Amino acid sequence: MVISLDSSKQSVKADPTSLKEPRIVRIALTTLSLLFLFIFLVMPLAVIFISALRKGLDVYVASITESDALSAIQLTLLVAVIAVPLNTLFGIIAAWCITKFNFKGRNLLITIIDLPFAVSPVIAGLVFILVFGAQGLFGEWFLNHDFPIVFALPGILLASLFVTVPFVARELIPLMQAQGTQEEEASVSLGANGFQTFWHVTLPNIKWGLLYGVILCNARVMGEFGAVSVVSGHVRGLTNTMPLHIEVLYNEYQFTAAFAVASLMSLLAILTIIIKNIIEWKTAHR
Amino acid sequence: MKKRAVTVAALSLSLLLSGCSSSDSKGNAETVNLLNVSYDPTRELYEDINTAFAKEWKQETGQNVKIQQSHGGSGKQGRAVIDGLPADVVTLALAYDIDEVAKNRHLIDKGWADEYADHSSPYTSTIVFLVRKGNPKNIQDWDDLVKSDVSVITPNPKTSGGARWNYLAAWGYAAKKYDNDKLKIENFMKQLYGNVQVLDSGARASTTTFTERGIGDVLISWENEAYLSLDELGHDNYEIVTPSMSILAEPPVAVVDKNAKHKGTEKVAEAYLDFLYTKEGQKIAAENYYRPRDKEILKDYQKQFPKIDMLTIRDFGDWNKAQAEHFSDGGTFDKIYTTN
Repeated sequence: MVISLDSSKQSVKADPTSLKEPRIVRIALTTLSLLFLFIFLVMPLAVIFISALRKGLDVYVASITESDALSAIQLTLLVAVIAVPLNTLFGIIAAWCITKFNFKGRNLLITIIDLPFAVSPVIAGLVFILVFGAQGLFGEWFLNHDFPIVFALPGILLASLFVTVPFVARELIPLMQAQGTQEEEASVSLGANGFQTFWHVTLPNIKWGLLYGVILCNARVMGEFGAVSVVSGHVRGLTNTMPLHIEVLYNEYQFTAAFAVASLMSLLAILTIIIKNIIEWKTAHR
Repeated sequence: MKKRAVTVAALSLSLLLSGCSSSDSKGNAETVNLLNVSYDPTRELYEDINTAFAKEWKQETGQNVKIQQSHGGSGKQGRAVIDGLPADVVTLALAYDIDEVAKNRHLIDKGWADEYADHSSPYTSTIVFLVRKGNPKNIQDWDDLVKSDVSVITPNPKTSGGARWNYLAAWGYAAKKYDNDKLKIENFMKQLYGNVQVLDSGARASTTTFTERGIGDVLISWENEAYLSLDELGHDNYEIVTPSMSILAEPPVAVVDKNAKHKGTEKVAEAYLDFLYTKEGQKIAAENYYRPRDKEILKDYQKQFPKIDMLTIRDFGDWNKAQAEHFSDGGTFDKIYTTN
């Protein structure tokens, strides 16, 4: 009792109710969550790396420098390099519209931005097949002009863009809503134009939230499987992204190679999380 | 700081793009690209075929040919070609799937099945059983699969081409055994599919279920896929059981005329399929555990391919008839599987 009172005095910010729990409950809950983390996160991750290195470093290096693997890596990076900036731009514009202006259909826009979260990626992929597939609305036209959409880079891009539309906008909307429009109003009243207001007032306020959204968006673009799988056509060395290539390798009994590429993706994910944490830390210690 | 980030981004983008274009320009000079859209278990076969064909084509014409592969469930792959996957040739699990492609967008000329010898299927296979080492449940024939303590793994005939061959082989056995008594055949099939523990969507997935996940006493499988499992996963773990009766599985091939014409690859696409019928092509097929059509080469590998009493699809009419009767909505498969 006395101890818990003391500590609640020391850290006012900490949630006081949790400290009133009996010690045994706290220990049990901590153990449980640590155990959960270990079984569902640490162990699988360890298995990936162990399986990848099972046949030695030579095999590992060979499997990620093999030409189909390289082209899968290249394609994944290319898609990320195009899709992330586009969705960043769109996310900023959408969040800016929604939070700084009041207009009809504002709620509708928020709902539409959320749609990719609600729709299964497979269905998203199928929609693109229905619209741009050879039997779709515009498919034959694109094919005849030698500009295929589905089963080629544009289709993979479209599917990736669709799936990751909400990430940046969703990150920015609550942030910008909380900040309100006062600073922008002040800026405009002092004679700045729209772009100046955005560049000098809004952007500095949202930059950390924006970066956070960009990182999440990037992680999803690289890892997306379902939607891309539907529109890719699975041509190896041409339209297989990294997740698809992993599946191909696994199905060919090349387990070590599959895990090697998977470990590379995991490394990218871990890197993403580290950057994310640095950003969070910087936000807190600004 | 910001400027530098932009420069780095621009630089890496240009690197990526140049990476792509450089491989393209290498290609444009003399290389012709061919896309072979195939089904699941042929991955290893076409890897060998492609290397051999590319070598021969280069010798004959001086032209480099690069064959790209796409694999997946046969029905799904056919669908993708219809939806615009620019295949030059299709090499699928059954004629029905190529018929579907031929029906749509005039992709394949009518009469494709007679374009090449042997109903346009250069290699064949059959349906066998893969059991665990020592055959603990003593499975010898289709009869043993309906015993109550046997757990069977086979893919779903609605989605998998291989599974349809499995289904028809079992049906053919029952038809012979019960002298075409439809009620008794359906009863047999009902018992058999009642024993199926996991109904995967494709042949390769079923193999993985049986081998990697260790589920089931017997896998009904393509002969080539069964041999491949032995090679990849160890002769100490599994053995192949050949039933008294099976079906001649004839995976067909065809040039996708419309795509090849559009890309100007007709000649090389036709040569590619012709190559499958050459001695060398047939030998590669046999080495990958497909039964070659060529009698001499079949003889060389006869140890690998025991003689089995085999039905053909012609015993069921043709694929359109078999499809309508057994696998379309309301067909016999729906009847025996949903009323379990």
